[in-house]
Amino acid sequence: MLSTTGPLFQPASAPDYIPRPQLEQLQLSRLRAVVERAWERVPLFRQRLDQRGIFPDDIRALEDARLLPFTAKTDLRDTYPFGLFASPMRDVVRLHASSGTTGKPIVVAYTGADLDVWSEVMERAFAICGLHPSDIIQNAYGYGLFTGGLGAHYGAERLGATVIPMSGGNTDRQIMVMRDFGVTTVCCTPSYFLHMVDRALELGVDLRELPLRAGVFGAEPWTEAMRARLEAMAGIKAFDIYGLSEIIGPGVAVECECQDGLHIFEDHFYPEIVHPETGESVPPGEEGELVLTTLSKQAMPMIRYRTRDITALLPGACPCGRTLRRMRRISRRSDDMLIVRGVNVFPSQIESVLLEMEHTMPHYRIILTREHGLDQMEVQVEVTARMFSDTVGALETLHDRLADAMERVLQVRTRVTLVEPHTIPRSEGKSNRVVDRRAS
Amino acid sequence: MKVTQLSIFAENKPGHILAPCRLLAENGVDIRALSVADTQSFGILRLIVSGWQAAASLLEEAGFLVRATEVVAVEVPDHPGGLVRVLAAFEGSPINIEYMYAFPFAREERAVLIFRFDDPDAAIERLRGAGIAMVERRELFGDDLFAAETAR
Repeated sequence: MLSTTGPLFQPASAPDYIPRPQLEQLQLSRLRAVVERAWERVPLFRQRLDQRGIFPDDIRALEDARLLPFTAKTDLRDTYPFGLFASPMRDVVRLHASSGTTGKPIVVAYTGADLDVWSEVMERAFAICGLHPSDIIQNAYGYGLFTGGLGAHYGAERLGATVIPMSGGNTDRQIMVMRDFGVTTVCCTPSYFLHMVDRALELGVDLRELPLRAGVFGAEPWTEAMRARLEAMAGIKAFDIYGLSEIIGPGVAVECECQDGLHIFEDHFYPEIVHPETGESVPPGEEGELVLTTLSKQAMPMIRYRTRDITALLPGACPCGRTLRRMRRISRRSDDMLIVRGVNVFPSQIESVLLEMEHTMPHYRIILTREHGLDQMEVQVEVTARMFSDTVGALETLHDRLADAMERVLQVRTRVTLVEPHTIPRSEGKSNRVVDRRAS
Repeated sequence: MKVTQLSIFAENKPGHILAPCRLLAENGVDIRALSVADTQSFGILRLIVSGWQAAASLLEEAGFLVRATEVVAVEVPDHPGGLVRVLAAFEGSPINIEYMYAFPFAREERAVLIFRFDDPDAAIERLRGAGIAMVERRELFGDDLFAAETAR
């Protein structure tokens, strides 16, 4: 009989504890193999190695990875759709595509073995979050071309948990299922879970009274303040999971019970931190851009992929005993950065201001316009029932406090507008909080 | 005396006062008095309506932000000096008037003033002491409406 409480060691978790020397040996042999494979099968990669006069055999130690050329998102666009594939279509069993905000999407491919690796890392990710076969997992990541839905699905099944393949959307039904099916874990984007929490309150469902105990949230950056809010409102432990389609999908790294950095599945993904502008490696422990190399992917090996995510590799071993190195949570993605009047602004900063203020919910939208050649930033914030007062003075005080806090944190003049509830579109997947009208 | 007022949050944009009013009209809610407080970006629509509990749930279900507040209804003769007598009752007292609005009373030559005090109970005491007449909720709507409301 399986225990339904307390930690349970899953056989699949064994690789999380490999001694470092053994792990690094495994990484090196896999790195050599993947470089060899890409050199043989991906013309763009071979051409770049040739230009540098490098041969796969030159990779003799893990540190030699820095001799290899970077791969950027533009490389995937330029070779759209199948230009970076290293397997013939006969061996490819699945394609996914990322939602390109502009122009063509990015297409990624998997062989059967790649899908096995993906399911394995997702299974290990769920196990690290303390889930086990008796858990009931509501998977509200979008199913389809987006990697979130199917990635989490197969990992949860492989763990032996019960999966409810909800996909995103239809929030009232999500809450009904959560309550009626005794769901213990929800997987989705943090912004969508916030929306669920909000809606549950409106429907008179107190999530804290349900068996729900964990949330595995990812696919967008979120703050510690957001975590505190979600955990308190839903009575759960909220885990951050990281991944990206170009590398495999969700399951590149995940938080353990210590919630202090995300363990990277280093037996399959080799991480480096580089200076975002120069591309030079940064000293150990310093912040920079995360660069990932897939160590076991067949259909689409990614060599030194520039993630655009800013983080640092945490020094020292994690108290949980896993040997996998940890990366700091990603609070901002270079891609999300807005430049307003020459100042760098991240949407997550606005989220943290709203979360630090009492009674506000982080339902907001950023509208950028240009007036007389000058950038104007407006942040629309929904008024909540608890903020609302019948006196103008109380609302104006609140408005001014918000505007002051925004300006202090963002260092740029911000116009705050209080808007009616439910007027800001809710995300059911990755949130899109920025409306940039400056170009038009 | 004390009357319940509904306040509704509205953005300061064309059409934003219409929507809640239309909803109330379609459901046969009688608006006895109203005032709009506005700032550059938002407004607060304040209403005294028949059947305020039912009206509040209607509005909430439709997604409006609604707050119920106790205000004080005072009756004054509709001629010069009527208002001054009421305001003078608070001279030298710490009671603060957050806002107020007036509307003509259906009967005789009288007007009703709606006051939002920071301390309504103290204000009522003070008005009583000054011999100023206050209006009961039932008087605002007539006995029939009052009966219908309590039956709900």
